[in-house]
Amino acid sequence: MLGEGILKGLTETARNFAGSFVSAERLTTVQYPEQRIPTAENARVFPFLVYDGTDWEAGMRCVACQICEKECPPKCIYIEKSKDKKPDFVGKMQIYPAKFDIDVSVCMSCQICVEVCPFEAIKMDTEFELSTTDRFGGLLYDRKQLSRSNEYYHKIHPTEAAEVDARLAEEKAKAEAKVKAAAEAAAAKAAAGLSVSAKSTAVSAASPAAPVANPAEAAPAPKPDGGGE
Amino acid sequence: MSAPATDISIKLARQEGWNRPPVIEPDGEGELLEVAMGPHHPSTHGVFRMDVALDGERVIRLKPVFGYLHRNHEKIAEGTSYLASMPYTDRLDYFCSLTNNWAYALAVEKLVAQTVPERAEYMRVILAELTRIQNHASSIGFLLQEMGASGTPLMYAFREREKILDLFEGLTGSRMMCNYMRFGGCRVDASPAWLDATRKVVAGIPEFVDEFEQFLRTNEILMARTQGMGILRPELAVNAGVTGPMLRASGVNYDIRKVDHYGIYDRFKFRVPLGDHWDIYDRYMVRMLEIRESIGILEQALKEIPGGPVMDPRAKIRGFRPKPGEAYGRIEAPKGELGFYLISDGSPNPYRYRVRPPSLINLTVLEDMCLGHNVADVVLIFGSVDIVLGEVDR
Repeated sequence: MLGEGILKGLTETARNFAGSFVSAERLTTVQYPEQRIPTAENARVFPFLVYDGTDWEAGMRCVACQICEKECPPKCIYIEKSKDKKPDFVGKMQIYPAKFDIDVSVCMSCQICVEVCPFEAIKMDTEFELSTTDRFGGLLYDRKQLSRSNEYYHKIHPTEAAEVDARLAEEKAKAEAKVKAAAEAAAAKAAAGLSVSAKSTAVSAASPAAPVANPAEAAPAPKPDGGGE
Repeated sequence: MSAPATDISIKLARQEGWNRPPVIEPDGEGELLEVAMGPHHPSTHGVFRMDVALDGERVIRLKPVFGYLHRNHEKIAEGTSYLASMPYTDRLDYFCSLTNNWAYALAVEKLVAQTVPERAEYMRVILAELTRIQNHASSIGFLLQEMGASGTPLMYAFREREKILDLFEGLTGSRMMCNYMRFGGCRVDASPAWLDATRKVVAGIPEFVDEFEQFLRTNEILMARTQGMGILRPELAVNAGVTGPMLRASGVNYDIRKVDHYGIYDRFKFRVPLGDHWDIYDRYMVRMLEIRESIGILEQALKEIPGGPVMDPRAKIRGFRPKPGEAYGRIEAPKGELGFYLISDGSPNPYRYRVRPPSLINLTVLEDMCLGHNVADVVLIFGSVDIVLGEVDR
């Protein structure tokens, strides 16, 4: 019969229309600003910088190695190294970014900066409601705007953050063990009558967070293999 | 006045030149009307122009004009590292970012003779087949949208696509720009919860396909407008380098999953659907049947997926410098043969990077399929090619 196929199709439409009142399967939309679908755990929007502790400037993990700047496909990261140094999470003196800007109007959320970062310093945020009326200044984030605490990182990506923390704790334990071994060796040497160099004493005095003397020389933190150079 | 599509008087200018477009002669009454369809025509899926010469309603000439979305993909890739091109490949055919990733990863893996762990191979097959399902579903939806079924079939297709995109987001972090595969594996491992969710979604797809077929297959309007329309002869399809469902709808048994044995497709049992009328309806049905075959592959892969790492521990992420050489990696993307040709000169950037885009090459036979048809059918024939302008213009 001509028109049978059309009628069959219309039954299907009617079934879906009626079904949308009773079955959540067929009602697929939500009233967005009021209702929200929770974001997936490893959703990614734009990068942020992780800091440990409470002070964003002191606890910043980034050491301005500029690997992310070099690897970023659309080149949206701009980093300026600092002149002075500050202690990192194991107490080793490191330079830090005096300037760290991300132009989120250029960023394409590809996560390559996160993958190449050897210091677990840059991670992806899940915040997506970022509209602004200022398309130039408002979309250029500086390091203060980019800083988020490690607690925030744990809140948005719990599984991944736990893995990262375990890795960092292991690294720290290794570094401390090395420092301890080096300190013991130095003590043995000092006992043998050799004097500790004046330079290393000065360095340890400048780093209050350092657990033992002479950390800078004794505890080499993991270095990036500097591949792309 | 326009003649019915079945008895068009196509005069072949040269009988021996079967692979040339037929020359349609105007009936001599009145002038030809030249219409620029696009670049902002809603049926063109983006920014694409067809310069059509019309005699009444009949298409006398058709000239496709590409390049409105050209964004220098290949040259950019020659200036960045191998890894940094990966997120750009997502943006070629933005419906199927995971198959683009795979084709590019395959080319680079060939270049450096990198092996891929078993679990990563399974993950790739699962994701590629999910991509194929959502691409075919939405391309059929768009085809029907162009036929005038405004919204309804497309929204049903998108409802299904949404479930698959949610899976992609759960695994890769992004719905469309997945950037998931790496040289030597995949970026993150799938959790057991994700695999269970995938099994659940895959179990629901046959019901959707049945519903969709019930909805459309016997629809008289669909049959009247697609059967016998836009015929692409197999000789021409082969000569023009057409691949994918377009080629198979023309009755040529050529599926790179079967021909090249890339990845682990040898292990799965699936059939290659072929058309025998070479028209739009066949392309529609071939896509429908491919969805069903993909479900079969997914079921087998999800059952057999082994444990283990998803990334070869010897694979390098930073400091990736392949030895001088060249490689061509190709896969059966949902739209056809997607290939990446790379030449390395030993530096961190490829010396030459070339994409073989199925959409562009399938589009080259558009004129041959459209000549002599009514202008309303041009929209439909164009829709049946299934292109994404991001890949056509790159």
